[in-house]
Amino acid sequence: MFINRIRRRTSAGTALVLAAALVLAACGGGGGGSASGGASTAQTVSQSDIDKAMSTPTELTFWTWVPNIQQEVNLFEKKYPAIKVKVVNAGQGTPQYTKLRTALKAGTGFPDAVQIEFQYIPTFALTKSLMDLRPYGAEALKDKFVPWTWQQVVGSGGQVWAVPQDSGPMGMLYRKDIFDKYGIAVPKTWDEFAAAARKLHAADPNVSMTNLAQSQAGVWFGLLWQAGVKPFETPSTDSVKVNLNGDGSKKLATYWGGLIKDGVVSADADFNDAWYQALNRGKYATWLTAAWGPVFLAGSAKATAGKWRAAPLPQWQAGQNASGNWGGSTTAVVQGTKNPIAAAKLAEFINTDPASTKMFATQQFLFPVTKALLADSSYVDQPLPFYGGQPVNKLFAGISDTVDTKFQWPPFLDQAVNDWNETVGKSFANKSDTNAALDQWQDRITKYAQNQGFKVNQ
Amino acid sequence: MSVTTDQRLEASAPSRREARRQRRGVGHASTGYAFVAPFMVVFVAMLVLPLAYAAYLSLFQERLIGGTVFAGLGNYTRALTDPRLLDGVGRVALFFVIQVPVMLVIALVAALAIDSGLLRAAKAFRLGIFLPYAVPSVVAALMWGYLYGRDFGPFSQLAGDLGLPAPKFLTSSWMLGSLANVVTWEFTGYNMIILYAALRAVPHDLYEAAAVDGAGAIRTAWSIKIPALRPALLVCVIFSVIGSFQLFNEPQLMQRLAPSVIDSGYTPNLYAYSLAFTGQEVNYAAAVSFLLGAVIVVASYAVLFVTTRRSRS
Repeated sequence: MFINRIRRRTSAGTALVLAAALVLAACGGGGGGSASGGASTAQTVSQSDIDKAMSTPTELTFWTWVPNIQQEVNLFEKKYPAIKVKVVNAGQGTPQYTKLRTALKAGTGFPDAVQIEFQYIPTFALTKSLMDLRPYGAEALKDKFVPWTWQQVVGSGGQVWAVPQDSGPMGMLYRKDIFDKYGIAVPKTWDEFAAAARKLHAADPNVSMTNLAQSQAGVWFGLLWQAGVKPFETPSTDSVKVNLNGDGSKKLATYWGGLIKDGVVSADADFNDAWYQALNRGKYATWLTAAWGPVFLAGSAKATAGKWRAAPLPQWQAGQNASGNWGGSTTAVVQGTKNPIAAAKLAEFINTDPASTKMFATQQFLFPVTKALLADSSYVDQPLPFYGGQPVNKLFAGISDTVDTKFQWPPFLDQAVNDWNETVGKSFANKSDTNAALDQWQDRITKYAQNQGFKVNQ
Repeated sequence: MSVTTDQRLEASAPSRREARRQRRGVGHASTGYAFVAPFMVVFVAMLVLPLAYAAYLSLFQERLIGGTVFAGLGNYTRALTDPRLLDGVGRVALFFVIQVPVMLVIALVAALAIDSGLLRAAKAFRLGIFLPYAVPSVVAALMWGYLYGRDFGPFSQLAGDLGLPAPKFLTSSWMLGSLANVVTWEFTGYNMIILYAALRAVPHDLYEAAAVDGAGAIRTAWSIKIPALRPALLVCVIFSVIGSFQLFNEPQLMQRLAPSVIDSGYTPNLYAYSLAFTGQEVNYAAAVSFLLGAVIVVASYAVLFVTTRRSRS
């Protein structure tokens, strides 16, 4: 009898879990982060301090969900034998962030270094959870990275919040066999794409030109990014500019909302069983995805091997050459760590050392962010059999250069994504007015930000 | 010599007896406390303290910019007028009113069938009904999610083969029913076991008396077994009140399949979770949790009140 109660409770009694975590927080008094934070931004750590720290026996904790990252860490440990790194998988994405926030509030149990996705950097920077890496020489790394990826880790005051690890410049994967069957040329513009979608739907209503998932705000942000829209800008830490329903966004909403309403583009939720089945069974003729997509698809839609090809995203104007980004992550150092130097050097090493970055790209299939690797022909010219031998990496390496550098994320990304799902995503699912949904999204986020104490201008 | 020995005996005897009595007395009390202590420690640390702290938290508002301010009952007044919370409470109340009677009737019929002794392979039947309860609700939700699949799910394919339109299990109008189905599937066996256990405790002479009076199996079930089950049924209903109002696992897992149908305010518990972990509104989430707790207390009390009054009349 009690097992049932407990089972339901543990799953349901979030208030208790939460409160327990907060009790710890009360005891911990918020951690030692703030004290060390102020000092570190001012002074640069000298080389002799770095040498001393890197030869002192130290154990670092590193939270990351990259599979087999131990092999890159081994290279680091080989170079700095005094430093031992404990790799912990604390969950992928949101679950890890939740744990990190709890540990930071508790003031204990947080890692020294942590994997953070690009879009979450402002969220964690706002809560003073990340360390500025400038004192450890991070600014000198700038030229090693693709400019837009570097721009993603730089704060409004010039802080360097993390070192980029991988990225997701967006392109289009398409089914060559389906295109050939219905006489569709690879669309170069969004107008051609829409025409192809209608043509395809008329020829076979069971095949959708693409699936714009009702649950994937990341793609929406990527498409906004491509269209040059700046949904969020943060001129200072306590103010935010929210522009979710401006002209650029409305253009996108009219376009996609219209295609979905007419039933020529589907809006199924993604990364679930039905979606995998749909990919395997040829329900979608294209997948608008990121540079990590090709290898992911090859593993998830084995039944369609050899039938896919890759191309850049269609453009809003013929001859234009722009893309956005979806996904990608970084290594950051947690504010309050006792080993800031060693942690900063870990972040630097695994993401800049040529052997380590090559491993990331060729064994874990993370899409590179270093200029060196994106110019390395042994990586980019590699033909992928799933794509009929097309050197897909080369295509995405080219796309990576076309991503706008100035796109910014809000300091409350979770809420922005949640509200996107419940407004814009919902309008896809219900085939209702996406433009009206944009206004709701704007309204909800504005209210939320004001309620959280931000100065909001539109 | 003897005097002194006697004296010593006299002096020591009562004190030793007293000491023994004392030791026995104290010993009893202290072993009792020792047995209860681990529970009390966990109870206080894991339930009382967090509750007190959550209550304390619910009186403040912590903002991303500007820190924490005392809000008094502000979070509670906000919650009482929050349409999303009220919608959620209404939804789980509807869920309770429809799902629980269906589940308990099935559980009752199953328990009576097993108890009747007329069923072949009663043990296998009992285990079969109970088995879904042993399936973790995460697995259950994944499994049903697959079965409910719109394009390639087995039900859809069957409907397609028969030339019927595919059932829309995951649309907003069907979702509550689909969830009720999963919960019924999961918990019918559990309730059946409670009822069956209670049936085994009914004194056999009652059955004999009924048989002497010429009552058949159905009459015995109606007039003796079901009345005897009233306390057990009440336990089931109270558990179901709590379970329904705290609904979280099943909708949260179904959310991946139909994120636009199950939004973050679909059930009150889901809403509190989303407030705390998505919006970082920990204080407001605490207030929402307390109000939900209050709703559950009131609903449980209402069930008790109605049933006890009915049994008396």
